[in-house]
Amino acid sequence: MTAVDHRSHDHVELDTLARRARWHIVNTVATSKAGHIGGPLSAADLLTALYFRQLRIDPTNPSNPDRDRFILSKGHCAIGLYSVLALRGYFPEEELATFDHGDSRLQGHPDMLLTPGVDASTGSLGQGLSAGAGMALAAKRLEKDFHTWVMVGDGEIEEGMIWETVISAPRFRLDNLTLIIDLNGLQQYGWPRGEGDRFDRSEPMGHVDLEAVFRGFGWQTLSIDGHDWEEILTAYATANERRGVAGTPTVIIANTAKGHGISFTRGTYKWHNGIATTEELELAHSELIAELLLEGNDR
Amino acid sequence: MKAQRVVWGETLAEIASTDPTLVVLDGDLATSTRADIVADKQPDAFIEVGIAEQNMVGMAFGMSTLGYRPWLSTFGVFLTHRAIDQIRMLVSQTKAPVRIAAAYSGLLNGSSGKTHQDIEDFAIMRAMPNMTVIAPADEYEAASVIRWAAEHPGPVYIRFARDAVTPVFPEDHVFEVAKPVAVRNGSDVTLISTGVQTSRTLDAANILAEAGIEAQVIHLATLKPLDDAALLSLIGNQENVVTVEDHSRIGGLGGLVAELLSERGGTRLTRIGLEDRWSESAPNEFLLEKYGLSAERVAESVKASLLITAR
Repeated sequence: MTAVDHRSHDHVELDTLARRARWHIVNTVATSKAGHIGGPLSAADLLTALYFRQLRIDPTNPSNPDRDRFILSKGHCAIGLYSVLALRGYFPEEELATFDHGDSRLQGHPDMLLTPGVDASTGSLGQGLSAGAGMALAAKRLEKDFHTWVMVGDGEIEEGMIWETVISAPRFRLDNLTLIIDLNGLQQYGWPRGEGDRFDRSEPMGHVDLEAVFRGFGWQTLSIDGHDWEEILTAYATANERRGVAGTPTVIIANTAKGHGISFTRGTYKWHNGIATTEELELAHSELIAELLLEGNDR
Repeated sequence: MKAQRVVWGETLAEIASTDPTLVVLDGDLATSTRADIVADKQPDAFIEVGIAEQNMVGMAFGMSTLGYRPWLSTFGVFLTHRAIDQIRMLVSQTKAPVRIAAAYSGLLNGSSGKTHQDIEDFAIMRAMPNMTVIAPADEYEAASVIRWAAEHPGPVYIRFARDAVTPVFPEDHVFEVAKPVAVRNGSDVTLISTGVQTSRTLDAANILAEAGIEAQVIHLATLKPLDDAALLSLIGNQENVVTVEDHSRIGGLGGLVAELLSERGGTRLTRIGLEDRWSESAPNEFLLEKYGLSAERVAESVKASLLITAR
């Protein structure tokens, strides 16, 4: 193999972490026989970059009042968040094996009362952005200099409540609030594939010019490739630098692919959730981890 | 006589003058709920959120995670119905100190009719874990409840009435959470009431007295948590118990008392409340009369219940 000279060392490190997160996702769901696959995988790079390069957090002090906040509004992708939290040191990676089990701290949907590092309970879609707006407004009033990040899915923004907050956040001048849309192109079932659709079902927001919509509501917009480290990190830094300056919130429209990172889950609506067979797990392992070991040996 | 909503606005403004954690989030109904009193007197404590109740609940939750103890200002119906999912996940399940001030609750809401009459709120909120559910009787109890709730560490639902009623309690009345209070003694029948209906139920007891029936009247300001033993002790060995409420007969105060009494037996319970149908827009007196909650109609129903031979 050739050396990976087209990527910086930083990106290789992030790539390694994201591969481990993806392996945790598919392996944990297979072990627990419950949980989602496609959404956690599409968000894995965005979450990895956020937790390892952007958020000002301390896993040993998860309730630090000055920490940056993150809300996974698409709460059914909990295993994606848990995998990254474990890698970041909030709890042991071994604990992931308790996901969705009785008496576990790792519930099917994030529970702020149970899991260290979870800033808001989510699960019923569409609510995380308003929770984040409340945190951002409180931060402004208390003159706290932290940033609040919220991630939603492209299917999730079909929920009407999202738009109540999209209208009101600019009125409160919440430039300390950033919305990340994981635009992975599929929802659980949705509509039959149409012209221009990337995957095997219709894109939830395929007919919507999201940039124009958010601009119209007074948001700053950034459109990126949600699987490109450079673009992700640049967008995060840009959004973060607007805090206290821009006067309006930022939306990062991250173009991703549902199920990204594993060949047989990518772009396939049926992998919204699913339990990988032994053979599928072997294949996922070879694509995510074995390849990583090969690359590692190469360097 | 003062309406509970005026007391609410005035009391919150007073608390906010010394308590920086108190904020009121308004769903564009401040001139009705009287949150405008807070906006006038303590503008920093007032936050207009617009006609977006779901977002209002979400933002209140978010602010509560930073130490604020927010109050919500809108009609009860837009909280217990429109924003119930947000209350459920973000407030009840997280034990957030959000105060759900349900204005214009019950049947009487200024002739707005069935769209605005929240007659199912007790049934819904009572079933919600972690929720404290309170319906103050009058202006004085309302003031005391507001002060209690302002300090409570968890979620609180408070049912407020639009219009003033004849006070049940003296001005210095102090609300005690979970405690039922006997506001009238009598040995022929026990009437249990809640919210501003207690005032009309007391009037009904006085009408009954003219007919030689002495009714005990118990006011239950707190539907949850409830000091069960205290209520059972007040009821004593009374065999005839009647609940009276400005709420559906399903799942509210009558349901609560039925659940409690079913565990001990020996008591015949009559539930006076709204039948299982929607109401209409009309002046208060018309609605109370037609839907059986005026003092006269309650007295008639109690008499009728006493004519039925005990099992």
